[in-house]
Amino acid sequence: MIRIGSGAGFAGDRLEPAGVLAERAGLAYLGLECLAERTIALAQLRKLKDPNDGYDPLLARRMELLLPVARRNGVRLLSNMGAANPVAGAAAVLAIAQRRGIPLKVAAVTGDDVLKLLEPNDRILETGGRVADYPWLVSANAYLGAEALLPALAAGADVILTGRVADPSLFLAPAMHAFGWDPHDWDRIAAGTVMGHLLECGGQVTGGYYADPGVKDVPRFAELGFPFAEIAADGRFTLGKPDDTGGVVNLMTVKEQLLYEVTDPRAYATPDVLADFTTVQIKQTGADRVAVAGATGRPRPQQLKVSIGYHAGWVGEGEISYGGPNAQARAQLAADTLRARLAAEFDALRIDLIGLSSLHGRPLHPVGEPYEIRVRIAGRAGIREKAERVGEEVEALWTNGPGGGGGARKSVREQIGVVSTLIERERVRPELHITEVRGEKATV
Amino acid sequence: MKKRLYELAHCRAGDKGNTSLLSVFALRDADYPLLVARVTVEAVKAQLTDIVRGPVTRHEVPRLCALQFVCEDALGGGVTTSLAMDAHGKSLSYALLEMEIEV
Repeated sequence: MIRIGSGAGFAGDRLEPAGVLAERAGLAYLGLECLAERTIALAQLRKLKDPNDGYDPLLARRMELLLPVARRNGVRLLSNMGAANPVAGAAAVLAIAQRRGIPLKVAAVTGDDVLKLLEPNDRILETGGRVADYPWLVSANAYLGAEALLPALAAGADVILTGRVADPSLFLAPAMHAFGWDPHDWDRIAAGTVMGHLLECGGQVTGGYYADPGVKDVPRFAELGFPFAEIAADGRFTLGKPDDTGGVVNLMTVKEQLLYEVTDPRAYATPDVLADFTTVQIKQTGADRVAVAGATGRPRPQQLKVSIGYHAGWVGEGEISYGGPNAQARAQLAADTLRARLAAEFDALRIDLIGLSSLHGRPLHPVGEPYEIRVRIAGRAGIREKAERVGEEVEALWTNGPGGGGGARKSVREQIGVVSTLIERERVRPELHITEVRGEKATV
Repeated sequence: MKKRLYELAHCRAGDKGNTSLLSVFALRDADYPLLVARVTVEAVKAQLTDIVRGPVTRHEVPRLCALQFVCEDALGGGVTTSLAMDAHGKSLSYALLEMEIEV
């Protein structure tokens, strides 16, 4: 039996729970999933500006916290925080280890960047169009599987940094390494994939994205602990969280996370396996302990999915609030006025009344007039200066809008779109880069 | 008698591109057959009529007392390019739980 923890479920996740896991959960491995579809494209933009950047902006803070405790307790770290530049990320980690006098072997896994391999006629899965439809490409990264991490584990790396790797594969890989699983033992690979899928979003299986007071209560929510799995060589595992942390692991949290973002529960596709989640059985075996078994698998897809990032223009946004008598009518007047002043300049414009209809289009049960409403507008443009017009018109409502408008805010951001294509598995070649520091001096 | 789905089920929303994935679970296992009978593709389409523009597919997962709804063209063009505030549709689980069903 080994324990594998989950120390982050997205790029901006909380730092402390990973430290708690590494300190006192008896882990052998700690995975940190920090790379959403768009995150790697943003990292690629940073790498274009600075060839030594392009890894996760929180990498240094997470490693300052985790390296000492992980080394002390023999916990090996795996993360996709390498983002668009795992080699530079590894160098940054090594620099921290050197400065703090921590002996460390760091592996960077590359090969996911396939931008140069794209062909203009490659099919875009979402639209049925072609790669050539997107002239301003930023990034193209193939989803590597767990096998890409095995050489780094075999080499004894204490920290393994990757770019794009399928999220569950970060957690499956250490189980494959520890138990020597055959990559074609589909049921075991499926079991490890189910484990990875349940762990990959961190606090989402311990009460995060779940709590609903009075219906789904979560104790000591502010101190939400992150999960670990204790997995056996046959693929059975038990999910848990460290003692004396907040949160809850129960059948409801596990069910919700098991089907999270699953398009076909009979065929959950990763680079490693096609996993059937409908055969999975779960059982509460103790306080904050749920046993999971029964996953089945079929051979993995022949092609790998590629996530393509492209420039989608600029988005301007603005918000302003109205409260008290007749607030809704004044908010509506503000919305109508903004549309009239901006419609001619924008093809894509969206106006929301926050507090009434911004989330679901309209209230889905009868409501009285809200006490206060925030008007929010967003518009997309090809250039930054034009996108800025949205916020300018919102701010102008101070002196050119309905009575009592307050709290105007404006912002503008670059929009990176993401679409997908497929690539033949054989064309993607993962590479391993090992660097090491023993006490004072780095060796490469 | 009508009941709000919120009293019988819990739900989580996920996203893939322009598709919203809504997982519905019976709060009590005994209510699962009722959910299978009432929370149909047609009922979900009607409930989310202003939100989901494309086809809806339902998968039954009896071991989890769960229904998985795959709702296409539901996220304003896609998570990364939507102008919506909730581009991921994270709040859509509670739009579905507003559904009234005959019990």
